[in-house]
Amino acid sequence: MANKQISQMGLPKSIANVFAARNVFTAKALSLMELRVQNEHLAGHLPTHMKGLDEALCGGIPFGVLTELVGPAGIGKTQFCLKLSLLASLPASYGGLDGHVIYIDVESKFSSRRLIEIGVKSFPEIFHRKGMAQEMAGRIHVLRPASLSEFTESLQQIKISLLQNQVKLLVIDSMAALVTGEFEHGAPRQNTLGWHVSFIKSLAEFSRIPVVVTNQVRSQSRDEICHYYFQVQSWNETIEDRTRHDSHLVAALGINWAHAVTIRLVLEAKSDQRFIKVAKSPISPPLAFPFNITSSGILLLSDDGIELTGPDINAIHCQGHNDIINFGGESLQC
Amino acid sequence: MEVGRLPISASQRGKLIAAGYTTLSSFSSLSPSHLARDLKISDNEAAEIMRVASHSHRLDGSAAGCGTVNGAQTAWDMLHEEEMFPRITTSCMDLDNILGGGINCKEVTEIGGVPGIGKTQLGIQLAINVQIPVDYGGLGGKAIYIDTEGSFMVERALQIAEACIEDMSECGGLLRKDFQACQLKMHPNNILENIFYFRVCSYTEQIALINYLDKFISEHKDVKIVIVDSVTFHFRQDFDDMALRTRLLSGMALKLMKLAKDFSLAVVLLNQVTNKYIDGSFQLTLALGDSWSHSCTNRVILYWNGNERYAYIDKSPSLRSASAPYSVTSKGIRNSASNCKRIKMM
Repeated sequence: MANKQISQMGLPKSIANVFAARNVFTAKALSLMELRVQNEHLAGHLPTHMKGLDEALCGGIPFGVLTELVGPAGIGKTQFCLKLSLLASLPASYGGLDGHVIYIDVESKFSSRRLIEIGVKSFPEIFHRKGMAQEMAGRIHVLRPASLSEFTESLQQIKISLLQNQVKLLVIDSMAALVTGEFEHGAPRQNTLGWHVSFIKSLAEFSRIPVVVTNQVRSQSRDEICHYYFQVQSWNETIEDRTRHDSHLVAALGINWAHAVTIRLVLEAKSDQRFIKVAKSPISPPLAFPFNITSSGILLLSDDGIELTGPDINAIHCQGHNDIINFGGESLQC
Repeated sequence: MEVGRLPISASQRGKLIAAGYTTLSSFSSLSPSHLARDLKISDNEAAEIMRVASHSHRLDGSAAGCGTVNGAQTAWDMLHEEEMFPRITTSCMDLDNILGGGINCKEVTEIGGVPGIGKTQLGIQLAINVQIPVDYGGLGGKAIYIDTEGSFMVERALQIAEACIEDMSECGGLLRKDFQACQLKMHPNNILENIFYFRVCSYTEQIALINYLDKFISEHKDVKIVIVDSVTFHFRQDFDDMALRTRLLSGMALKLMKLAKDFSLAVVLLNQVTNKYIDGSFQLTLALGDSWSHSCTNRVILYWNGNERYAYIDKSPSLRSASAPYSVTSKGIRNSASNCKRIKMM
């Protein structure tokens, strides 16, 4: 960002501050709303075609903010991303953004065959037309950075394409994989992604596109059961908590990252049913929707979510979902 | 004028006070030899003290020996001033109670908590509640919302604004006030119009903006609250020089306190949490370190207690430590639902 370059120039503080002050963006909240509702397509949201989720998110994945998908391996995060990429490339008449998509595929999970399959099953009228599949798939650009530094470089290029106004969605699958393996041990992982997070957020905001990032999970270590100093706990309770938490999963990338994302969607499996939960969102109540993965992507089993009170909305359960999904005779292990 | 302020040596001062001379007027009429005898010092020394005293007296310019220090305010005056400004309600009665009525003007209040606890919600609620007209017990002021994370969502602000107007109409109806006039003025769009929204993308921008606020607020005198959401974000990303960070943060805190005092407005800073290793285990604390924790006047921590959200007054010069439950509903921050019938959200 411009400010980072100024700081790299080594200007004296006072001058850097003057530049920064000129950059300050100010608006009245009303004009913000008018601008977005009137000018933006679909009032600033990308509909996911999952009715319950779209209602909870006031229309869909919002523009200009970071949305995170977190869940255990194989739960359906990449499937969700594939569906979203497709939706963004669809023409406006079908509820899409009619634009290009940049898909950053760190773990080589992108499957174009699966993408076309989702397209054919969900929007048969478009995809059976000659050449449409090619055009839709042609709008999705897949990048495969091998390391964090390659990713950093590609971010700069992405900024340029965004300025040219063609890209309408950025998907990063997955963020955690970029950091794992970068450092062996002992290095401060918290700040590794610091610059990237700020950069991606500002990319999202000035180009007003949705940015979807997936995250992995890891088990919660004993040391991490955290409370404030004024929360008194009895000794027995602590022991009980510890055994309970041994099987609990938490999102990777730490608490810094958890603060940085605007919307967090938790995908989990509980009692043999998969759920997608709106865990953190300034505009939605804490709802959980049961879902299944089908040939046409993700299907919500109920559009009325279950409301979860308390911190349980943030918990990630992983019980018994390592089964093979069957549909139409074919089997696909996610 | 107090003897303590005279530019004389400590031993001389000690002797003056020991002899019973605590104010200038008490010895200014004496002769130097008289003073010398009382203090058991030489005549020359006594003459020197008197010369310094009369010089300082002239500089001070105050004829009366009332002992007022320039720029100071008496506690009595401060008490009256405090009563002049009503506090900003949070729309949750329990929370208002532990805050002594609401967020206080002329003070910096820090509110911190884990992600998803409702900090941004509380920030937006306060930005709207500050606009409640004076007739309804509010301040009728405007709000400045400084967004460092991009978490301010206009749709949500609109939702909360509409709910606030609904509540006011109900309240007005109950009190049989003439709310028609108010209703015309209080359209959700008017409320959004009175929130000045700033988006800052780096810590230099943040500091530059806070320096600029002085000028902005002198041009918009009806701003009564400044909310920074969150003050931590840019200071946690890629900051190598921690000493610099501490300096910048304390400079920023001082400026904000000055803003609060000069313009009689409330400053609300939203903070994030971090894990800290204390006494052999990890504990949750608010971010930005120990030196920052001294910078704010009041400190409120939002946390989960079982399935409920609670607020705890961690530090305040005038409020006692207490916890209160609150909830986040589609209408904004409200009383905890456990005491009343559950309302389905959305």
